[in-house]
Amino acid sequence: MTQWFLLFYEFFKIGLFSVGGGLATLPFLYKLADKYDWFNTKMIVDMIAISESTPGPLGVNMATYTGFHFGGVLGGIVATVGLVFPSVVIIIIISKFLQKFRSNPHVEDVFYLLRPAVTGLIGAAGFGVLLTALLHVNGINELSMGTFLGFIGIKECILFVIMLLLTNKFQKHPVIYIAVGAAIGIIFAF
Amino acid sequence: MKEIWQLFITFCRIGAFTFGGGYAMLPLLQREVVTRRGWATEDEILDYFAIGQCTPGVIFVNTATFVGYKRKGVLGAIAATAGTVFPSLIIIMIIAAVLKNFAQLAAVQHAFGAIRVVVGVLIVNAVVGMWKKSVVDKVCAIIAVVAFVLSAIFEISPIWIVLGAGFLGLAAPMIKGARTK
Repeated sequence: MTQWFLLFYEFFKIGLFSVGGGLATLPFLYKLADKYDWFNTKMIVDMIAISESTPGPLGVNMATYTGFHFGGVLGGIVATVGLVFPSVVIIIIISKFLQKFRSNPHVEDVFYLLRPAVTGLIGAAGFGVLLTALLHVNGINELSMGTFLGFIGIKECILFVIMLLLTNKFQKHPVIYIAVGAAIGIIFAF
Repeated sequence: MKEIWQLFITFCRIGAFTFGGGYAMLPLLQREVVTRRGWATEDEILDYFAIGQCTPGVIFVNTATFVGYKRKGVLGAIAATAGTVFPSLIIIMIIAAVLKNFAQLAAVQHAFGAIRVVVGVLIVNAVVGMWKKSVVDKVCAIIAVVAFVLSAIFEISPIWIVLGAGFLGLAAPMIKGARTK
């Protein structure tokens, strides 16, 4: 029972503090992977791929996927409701004085530095994703200078550079790049 | 009661047909909510979207809550939100269940080995885009780098970083104001 409450509580916190939508939930999920053994960082990255390839908002998909791994269908529902709950309450409150909120200069002040901080946070989570994808380690603390080179995946790094060039040259939907990635992974046995 | 159901179904449909969330769903939202149902005006939707972006939570969910609450109060808000979430719940659970059974297959592992690299690329691109939009001066650049270091190296909880940056932003004009006086 306490485990279920924890699942709700943790996603409630994510819903309350992840501002900016989409990938904003990512740093929080990384923290969760650290704290509990519900899922690992590899699963988070897989989750992003699945979320990008299926309909629906990324944050909701991530909550459902994580919750499902924690405790089946009920887990998926508990985590998703937890994520959505705080924002529903906040939006209902804001609805009551919408115009005041829009024109309040303090709101803009808060976001002036909050936006770059969220960029930094997602950057840090992205750094974690790259560690998992290119170096086969789960966190920066698993790295040491001596063993660093031994960890590098050559195939992965080549694919990274190619994909970086392709995605910036052709603005196609992420699903296409994920599908191409899957095919390359199977053909070249990543 | 009929409109509550319509709220659920309409947002269900939008949720089922937008990939990736965020701005991808704006055109569909406009078509379904503004043109088809007349539940909100074009300007209202853009307002909801802007506020949804600067309040906690998923932008699409926040927008749905706004529209639902405007039409039918708290119950409407819950119905619209449940609608947005419903398709994802079903689809993701099916995929998760399937993956659980196939995760051990070599082909699946190879595929995800490369997909992880692609996800890394997508996030790098997203962060570069966010940097261009959010870092408008040197102070912002410093905050972004500090947030990165605190999170990646010192493993400080994102909650404290979000709260800290918000408070600093709130205090910044006051400090500047005090200096000019």
